[in-house]
Amino acid sequence: MIAPWVERVFYLLAAVLFIAGLKRLQSPETARLGNRISATGMLIAIVVTFLSSGTVTYGTIIAGLITGGLIGLVMAKTVKMTSMPQMVALLNGAGGGSSLLVASAEFLHVESRGIAPSVDVAITTQLGVLIGAVTLTGSLIAFAKLQELMTGRPITFPAQKTFNAAIFAVIIALAAWLVAAPTAPVWAFYVVVGLALLLGVLLVIPIGGADMPVVIALLNSYSGIAAAMTGFVIRNEVLIVSGALVGSSGIILSQIMCKAMNRSLANVLFGAFGATSSASGKSAAGLTVKETNIEEAALQLAYAQQVIVVPGYGLAVAQAQHQVRELMDLIEKRGGVVKFAIHPVAGRMPGHMNVLLAEANIPYDKLLDMDDVNPEFERTDVALVIGANDVVNPAARNDPSSPIHGMPILNADYAKRIIVMKRGMSAGFAGIENELFYDAKTQMLFGDAKGTLSKLVAEVKQV
Amino acid sequence: MSEALLGGIVVFVLATYLGASLIGRVPPTLHTPLMSGANAVSGITVVGAMLVAGAGFGWLSNVLGFLAIVFAMMNVIGGYTVTDRMLEMFKKAPGKESPK
Repeated sequence: MIAPWVERVFYLLAAVLFIAGLKRLQSPETARLGNRISATGMLIAIVVTFLSSGTVTYGTIIAGLITGGLIGLVMAKTVKMTSMPQMVALLNGAGGGSSLLVASAEFLHVESRGIAPSVDVAITTQLGVLIGAVTLTGSLIAFAKLQELMTGRPITFPAQKTFNAAIFAVIIALAAWLVAAPTAPVWAFYVVVGLALLLGVLLVIPIGGADMPVVIALLNSYSGIAAAMTGFVIRNEVLIVSGALVGSSGIILSQIMCKAMNRSLANVLFGAFGATSSASGKSAAGLTVKETNIEEAALQLAYAQQVIVVPGYGLAVAQAQHQVRELMDLIEKRGGVVKFAIHPVAGRMPGHMNVLLAEANIPYDKLLDMDDVNPEFERTDVALVIGANDVVNPAARNDPSSPIHGMPILNADYAKRIIVMKRGMSAGFAGIENELFYDAKTQMLFGDAKGTLSKLVAEVKQV
Repeated sequence: MSEALLGGIVVFVLATYLGASLIGRVPPTLHTPLMSGANAVSGITVVGAMLVAGAGFGWLSNVLGFLAIVFAMMNVIGGYTVTDRMLEMFKKAPGKESPK
């Protein structure tokens, strides 16, 4: 048993360690230590709570800690790096679910004893329930879309927004009733929980699979805000601080992703992008592409002084990251320089492509962000585009009629020569033709990424 | 407005501001570990869950508290472990060749 003021000092220490850990995430060199500092803070918080004077029974706690810890450990050790978005989606959901459960338990406990909580506790309880529930079911839908358990296409129905708004209004009305009248029947609370869970589903189903990175980042933020609300309910500052940190992190990441797609957050959330194929912009009729072969491509790569690889998600789907690294090693052994141009939406979540390439032992200082790499293309001999499409489409720069006009892109078309590796001539996710493929400097190398890269590696070896 | 609420709001606003200024400086290459690390930190609800489950409030609180601890610990252990796994893979260009 420790005194309440000692508890608070240790909670403060935990919060400081979270912040110190986060600060070390500013460089890959210190990030791992930062993660461990943060984990130490969490350990302190858990031990202090365990020893808290408010804790009188231990069986349930120990069982919960072990069960949840084991599930988390197995998930973390077995998840494939390509499935990181699904893992984060599930963890977002678990965070929201945890807040929902804590807020519900507090409400039901207070209600059963017939005492009226203070207004601020009553309000934050309802907010914790609402945000937690939306995060829980919204994340499960995001998971199902990413895992392809359900269609990645937006699911829409007539008067959808009106319907969602009506549900939201009912939730707010019932929650306000529960806050204002502590004698309100308990069924009203269960209706709030049920409708909030439904709302989470309804808010995510109209969002297309390609927009999931934004949704995951946003749900990440919600799970933090829900934790902060729980902190208000149980009057614990470490929850408020941690929740606020996570909340701001998710908001910033979703903004970054929106900017990279040149869309507003409102457009992502309510626009049902990709529901109908709204292919406009220039048509490719009458244009032809130039095809090349392995031998020719290998020669160009072998004699290039600088090669910039533009990886898209197609590369990760084909599991060809290791072949790319082999190719990189070969070119570098011959004296060339290889860099990677990473568009913010190259993977399935912010920074996903970087993790996938790091997994293949590609050093992180070769992975350049859009702003750093774009000036490099002009002095690049070969831009090797692998499984990327919209993020290298010059129409975003120079065709105001294109749906992606204004989206920041990688200027692969400024390179002296462009080799595009692609399965076939299908359009990008928005169904937009890509001018780059018809550029006089561009050569197409058709085939699946892994097989073609293996052949390229073998060929470059012989040059 | 109660003193406790006001204090909480002050803490929330300042922490949000601090979080925003720190996260703005995280390089894009670390955005995925940042998100899984954020998952781990949001597992701090385990504190609230333990207080609910351990207070001896009765069976309903015990059940809800137990589930809340399980969910929160998935975040804590899962989040920190997978973040560590990812960060371990981030290596700087070594002299030249990197051993498998």
